[in-house]
Amino acid sequence: MSPFQIDFGGTKSQSQEPNGKIVGIDLGTTNSLVGVMELTGPRILSGIVPSVVSVLESGEIIAGAEARENLITHPERTVYSVKRLMGRGLADVQGELNLFPFHVAEGSESVLKLRLGDSVMTPPEVSAHVLRKLKLDAENGLGGPVTQAVITVPAYFNDAQRQATKDAGRIAGLEVLRLVNEPTAAALAYGLDKRKQGIVAVYDLGGGTFDISILRLHDGIFEVLATNGDTHLGGDDIDQLLMQIALEDLRSEWGHDVSGDSTAVQILRLAVIKAKEELSFVPKAVIDLEYKSRKYQREITIDVFDRLIRPIVDRTLGPCKACLQDAKVTVEEIDEVVLVGGSTRIPLVRSEVEKLFRARPHTELNPDEVVALGAAVQAGILSGDLQDHLLLDVTPLSLGIETMGGLTSKLIHRNSTIPASATETFTTGVDGQTNVLIHVLQGERELVKDCRSLARFDLKGIAPMPAGMARVEVRFLIDANGILNVTARDLRTGKEHSVDVKPSYGLTDEQVEAMILESFEKAEEDFSARQVREAQVEADAVLAATERARKEPGYLDLTELERGDIDRAINELLVVYHSDNHELIRAKIDQLDVATQKLAEIIINSAVGTALKGTKIDG
Amino acid sequence: MQYYEALGLEPKLALDLEDLKKRFYDRSRQWHPDRFSRAEPSERQRALDMTALLNDAFRTLRDPVTRAEYFLKQSGLELSKDAPPELLEEVFELNMALEELRSGDDSVQAQLEAARERFSGMLKGTETRLQELFSEGPEKLDEIRGVLNRRRYISNLVREVDKELNVPLSN
Repeated sequence: MSPFQIDFGGTKSQSQEPNGKIVGIDLGTTNSLVGVMELTGPRILSGIVPSVVSVLESGEIIAGAEARENLITHPERTVYSVKRLMGRGLADVQGELNLFPFHVAEGSESVLKLRLGDSVMTPPEVSAHVLRKLKLDAENGLGGPVTQAVITVPAYFNDAQRQATKDAGRIAGLEVLRLVNEPTAAALAYGLDKRKQGIVAVYDLGGGTFDISILRLHDGIFEVLATNGDTHLGGDDIDQLLMQIALEDLRSEWGHDVSGDSTAVQILRLAVIKAKEELSFVPKAVIDLEYKSRKYQREITIDVFDRLIRPIVDRTLGPCKACLQDAKVTVEEIDEVVLVGGSTRIPLVRSEVEKLFRARPHTELNPDEVVALGAAVQAGILSGDLQDHLLLDVTPLSLGIETMGGLTSKLIHRNSTIPASATETFTTGVDGQTNVLIHVLQGERELVKDCRSLARFDLKGIAPMPAGMARVEVRFLIDANGILNVTARDLRTGKEHSVDVKPSYGLTDEQVEAMILESFEKAEEDFSARQVREAQVEADAVLAATERARKEPGYLDLTELERGDIDRAINELLVVYHSDNHELIRAKIDQLDVATQKLAEIIINSAVGTALKGTKIDG
Repeated sequence: MQYYEALGLEPKLALDLEDLKKRFYDRSRQWHPDRFSRAEPSERQRALDMTALLNDAFRTLRDPVTRAEYFLKQSGLELSKDAPPELLEEVFELNMALEELRSGDDSVQAQLEAARERFSGMLKGTETRLQELFSEGPEKLDEIRGVLNRRRYISNLVREVDKELNVPLSN
């Protein structure tokens, strides 16, 4: 851009690439980030966006840092750590409900819904607001629309949790080109400029999830050998332990229980997190609380802290050992260990990981950013910018179907490279039966009741015939996102069968479509309002620059006519300034730009350095 | 046989693992859905199907046991569920010991652990035997089937013992 354009606020060209940049998103329990792949490598596009969503009294929904403020002022209409609820049903979140201030709305029997003030939202819709904020940040950072994304998920997320994440992307107006496992993404970020061969263990302890993955890197191929984890284990659990201590103290010191006061609980939570974070760097910290002019202080030494969190750290070691076993790799064969997630800053976590893998963990990349950087790398692979890299990931859980007597029969074993498929032939058990119900499960246990129900598929339209005569071949395919696809074929007729899917947890396609439609309408409103605001900001800048320029001596060199043109252009811009039409505002900005062109030239030609500086505006 | 075709191989039981790996990685680079993320839906579906087939094929063929099972099944031969006659006596004793352990008699623990060791050794032996049969010229499908029957039976036994001894499950 020429200095002239900079001086006058600039007329930004909004290039609309048909295939805009694919962004990489780390949708975390506590924080989220968006990044993009550039020629020089992956880059984070915005600051950390807290995964917090709040509904204002006006009905407007906000996400990120602003929403986090509302955790204290409006806890009843603000929600955090919603990732813990993704893809889950009412029955299996009871544990979470005791620990987190989630307000479950009525009618959550089939699909879990949260109440935030007057609004009712499913977890994917809540996450969509975080994603929309990231999308906006990315669009501002890139200066163009963003419609396609790679989103990371915990490696140990099951099918329903993955589907819920994908739904969230769709609701936010993002085409989710790929879900990438978080530890794998971290390996991608590290592997780019690291040694290209070797076996790497990625230990990822985040806000609410734990993953361990073992990969083999060879010739640009990132091959996951095995993965394991716990989707409900993380920094949140450590916060809970510290809060229990503090709440107990408060009961005896203040003489009453504050656990029912959500504002007090949120202030305490922040105080506890602060102390926890300090303990990663100093040997003791204080939980410091002031609420309604009462004070509470409690010193926690690193020894006490270590003893407190030991059981949590220990819970990560079992999955690590199982993962080594599944990868058929011994501890000695691990070349490198990579730490990911904010909770890996805790000294006890680091020393335990070091002890287990007998290798000093890598921490060069910021553990908060490494997953988003890796997601950006995967976006680069998908866009074709990184031709030599290839990611081969695995499915974390075995896929099976229910057979006689409540047993599961495994079709695709855990740690199979995805995409993976299996076919089974089904028949009828009763004469004239026209449909077959298939119950699909995910998990490692033998009994149906110990596995996770994924969905029930109803094979319909089987021609009536004697029992056992029908032959329907069903193909189960886990795609590269780790999500199950089912197709069925009648072996007698060769005809494709209709498969009616009833997801056990989560949303049907129709429900997601409805949410997309609703959010699309809102997004359109949001989008045009934003365009108007942006045009107004630009107009402000141009007007201010013009005002300053008019005070320059060079202004006197203009003819009467030229000055009149400038005055008219200013007036016309002011007239349209408050219209809702951003195109009109921009047209008038352009008109003012033309009118002031000569003035700008005079000022530049006079080459007075200070004068130039004086007309410079920020923007 | 589809799995062999997917990797450009003749259907043979004896395979060079390094060659198999190379074929798998080369074809994965070519067909992985990541290479087609912005292609037409029909092309994306083709990439997905091809890659799923490649992965299924590689997973099955790289392991001598699953390879032999696949080969037999494609050749129209089923495995039997009967106990191999030469093991009957040993299995009988093992079942007695398991029964005693279940009824609370810990003294058979050592005996069970020894049996587990022995059966695990037999499993390794069957793998070696399979490799031998693979490389002995024309496919000896009947003999291979015998080995696989025996193997499957033994591995079920080991699993049974593991369950009683509370050894963590592994695939």
